[in-house]
Amino acid sequence: MTATTTGTTGTTPMVRAEGVHKSFGAAHILKGIDLEVAPREVFCLIGPSGSGKSTFLRCINHLEKINAGRLSVDGELVGYRQKGDKLYELKDSEVARKRRDIGMVFQRFNLFPHMTAMENIIEAPVQVAGETKAVARARAERLLDRVGLADKAASYPSQLSGGQQQRVAIARALAMEPKLMLFDEPTSALDPELVGDVLDVMRDLAQDGMTMIVVTHEMGFAREVGDALVFMDDGVVVESGHPREVLTNPRHERTKSFLSKVL
Amino acid sequence: MTVDIHKSDGPQDGPGVAAAPAAPESIKAIPVRHYGRYVSALVAIGVLVALVYAFAQGDVNWAALPDYFFDDQILTGVWNTVVITVLAMLLGVVLGIVLAVMRLSKNPVTSAIAWFYIWFFRGTPVYVQLLVWFNLGIVFEYINLGPIYKDEWSSFMTPFLCALLGLGLNEAAYMAEICRAGLQSVDEGQTEAAHALGMSHAKTLRRIVVPQAMRVIVPPTGNEVINMLKTSSLAVAVQYTELLRATQNVSQTSGATVEMLFLAAVWYMILTSVLSIGQYYLERYYARGSSRSLPATPFQRVRANLLSFRRPKGGIA
Repeated sequence: MTATTTGTTGTTPMVRAEGVHKSFGAAHILKGIDLEVAPREVFCLIGPSGSGKSTFLRCINHLEKINAGRLSVDGELVGYRQKGDKLYELKDSEVARKRRDIGMVFQRFNLFPHMTAMENIIEAPVQVAGETKAVARARAERLLDRVGLADKAASYPSQLSGGQQQRVAIARALAMEPKLMLFDEPTSALDPELVGDVLDVMRDLAQDGMTMIVVTHEMGFAREVGDALVFMDDGVVVESGHPREVLTNPRHERTKSFLSKVL
Repeated sequence: MTVDIHKSDGPQDGPGVAAAPAAPESIKAIPVRHYGRYVSALVAIGVLVALVYAFAQGDVNWAALPDYFFDDQILTGVWNTVVITVLAMLLGVVLGIVLAVMRLSKNPVTSAIAWFYIWFFRGTPVYVQLLVWFNLGIVFEYINLGPIYKDEWSSFMTPFLCALLGLGLNEAAYMAEICRAGLQSVDEGQTEAAHALGMSHAKTLRRIVVPQAMRVIVPPTGNEVINMLKTSSLAVAVQYTELLRATQNVSQTSGATVEMLFLAAVWYMILTSVLSIGQYYLERYYARGSSRSLPATPFQRVRANLLSFRRPKGGIA
């Protein structure tokens, strides 16, 4: 089953999952996930907590290792290299290299508290990509401006509100100019009145054509911005389709009961 | 609130201001009398006075302290104490970080070796370790590093080297535990965020984890430095001429035994005080970003106060 509604023929999907399984010890979290995310698509993952949405997201940039199945980003396997019919684990340095192209935004922001907003944003371009500070700073200033925080460059994370921190975190991920952005419940830790600013930034990003996978409880955002939506429960994809379709006319009982609780 | 509204009405609202008194009348009540506190303060002061009196009465030649305070032998002792403290601490910190990373590594062999090291060096008194280093010539008669260095053990293992290895290697075991606690105190999300940006393990450790761990590591390390300064007096046992030994040498020629002990104590206190000040500023440095604004340093506070004296209308609260 493919979850995309926009056509995937001809182009390589940005993310392809085939029978992805993941266990933590005895806990079987992902029980065979199949889906495809097309380039430039905003792909929303919804579902009750513990359904494996976040785990799946973390598998995509190899923060978690999958136990079975195939997972590829832009046509290349995540964490492995295939030679003939044998899989070779990638070295840490190779995994790190691939992660540069995948931006990730966390529920708890995870900004580096000992660095200012500016330092947070230029850290990876300077330390990982080897850019000069001047080049990295120029881009960081543009990014801060884009997320509406041009005047907060010198602020430490503790001096920013949750919404501002999350927008800096988005700018930090964008600084590596990724081809794919992963959002792990980016607004769940925010006060309600701060959610809008973060969603605005994400909407803007979507309009620019960024490929985004968004684990979210913001059904409004999914309906309005999302190109595809997957409802996960208990480690499997229960239902997928266009957000408006799934959210207004859910076919499965589990989707219906979940949506009746959150909408 | 009402005061503000009246004020904004304009300057002619005299009755309005009068109707709204600036501040409510503050409570005037008889405070609780803490008789227990008065009594305990009196007792404490009494004991203190008695102690001072006892020492003043004693047969102590106080004049000997200033006479010998800057004696050449004593100053050499102070210098040697500082040198052995700094170098042993340096050895302890570097080795401690290595041991902490080894203990936290996924490699069971390195982790076990680090565990064993810490178990061994924490399990034996540092005094015993010093003596063992001093007497290791029984096991190793010669030291032979091929073409680089070859000598008899006794002339290789100088008192300085004995003290350095004895104190430094012991310290490493304690520093390892302090560093481990610091590294573990950093939220896992930090490592994840760094990895997600494509940072390597080493870079994540160096750029992200260690700077944050320092906040947890510095205060107990300050303790360790002060401890080391005083523990270095045990190096007397291996013939190293540090402060205590220097004062003992002086007391043998001058005959002022107790006085020289006091002198050593005063020097130790001066050195630990200097270290405490250094620790304060180091903690401040690593606290950046952790609180909304750093409190002013004592120096800054003094300066602000002086400025406010100079300009009484300056309005510095």
